[in-house]
Amino acid sequence: MPANTMSNLDLLKSTFADVIGINPASDFNDLVYGNTVGWDSVAHMALIAAIEGAFDIMLPTDDVIDMSSFSKAKEIVAKHGVSLAA
Amino acid sequence: MLLKGKVTFVTGSTRGIGWATARTFASQGAAVILSGVTSQERVDQRVAEIGKEFGVPCIGFLCDVSNPACVRSSYADIFKKFKRLDVLVNNAGIVQDALLGMISEASIRRQIEVNIMGAIFNLQEAARLMLRNGAGSIINVSSIVGRVGNAGETVYSASKAALIGLTYSAAKELAPKNIRVNAVAPGFIDTDLTKVLPKDAYANWTQRVGLGRIGTAQEVANTILFLASDQSSHISGQIVGVDGCLVI
Repeated sequence: MPANTMSNLDLLKSTFADVIGINPASDFNDLVYGNTVGWDSVAHMALIAAIEGAFDIMLPTDDVIDMSSFSKAKEIVAKHGVSLAA
Repeated sequence: MLLKGKVTFVTGSTRGIGWATARTFASQGAAVILSGVTSQERVDQRVAEIGKEFGVPCIGFLCDVSNPACVRSSYADIFKKFKRLDVLVNNAGIVQDALLGMISEASIRRQIEVNIMGAIFNLQEAARLMLRNGAGSIINVSSIVGRVGNAGETVYSASKAALIGLTYSAAKELAPKNIRVNAVAPGFIDTDLTKVLPKDAYANWTQRVGLGRIGTAQEVANTILFLASDQSSHISGQIVGVDGCLVI
């Protein structure tokens, strides 16, 4: 994983906040694709690219389609070897 | 050196237009990724040839483009090895000529799966890698028959017409991301497919070419190189005929 002082969970949140344009203090567990303002199909592809870049992973198309919420995003990046433990 | 430092992937690149394109890219300083479906030995042999002749990084995959798992695995390997992709040439394709009443369901499915679905699978994966670069060029290898049709090639021409629609739509979708998508539409080209034509048919096709001769795989590769390189930096959503003014 990239060396930084931020935890991976914080990095994931920060990536979401940057790409979707939400307040970093938001409750991320409420974020759902299609229901969250700013998280449309165009933003989704940008979000995937940003997550891949942040964690140096490559997500298969099935995971891209499956990433329908922030909770799901946590599951998916964890599946690709990113530890989200504090 | 039009492609120095670029990472390029040419599907179906162990022979014909794909091989000519891979060699041309290597000659322009690109790292080249090959793929073929015949045998691992064949792919390895081509990889060795590129390395020996041009001294550029080169890897190869044995991959049936109609198999999405295989395509995904190829791009995962490209990501691991190069971390980027600058150019995709969607070249892998098959042709199975038959008159309408003689086309088997298996033949229809196979041509659709390889020529259309295979191109879409590759385009999906390549675009995602290119999004990370913030740039890229994708070239689909269509055919003149995708534009004007040809008796005895209904399924093949339908599949090549699909690549034209794919090119137009993907170009529009990816333009805001600085990814260009174009297609070439070769005509009567000297490849393994045309070498086996009966003498009369060969002569008949040659007569229909305005320039009076069959085209070469290298001439198609040169056009693909132009579309892959920054020489065509303001060109996207175009179908470029490489047919010597062929009339069908």
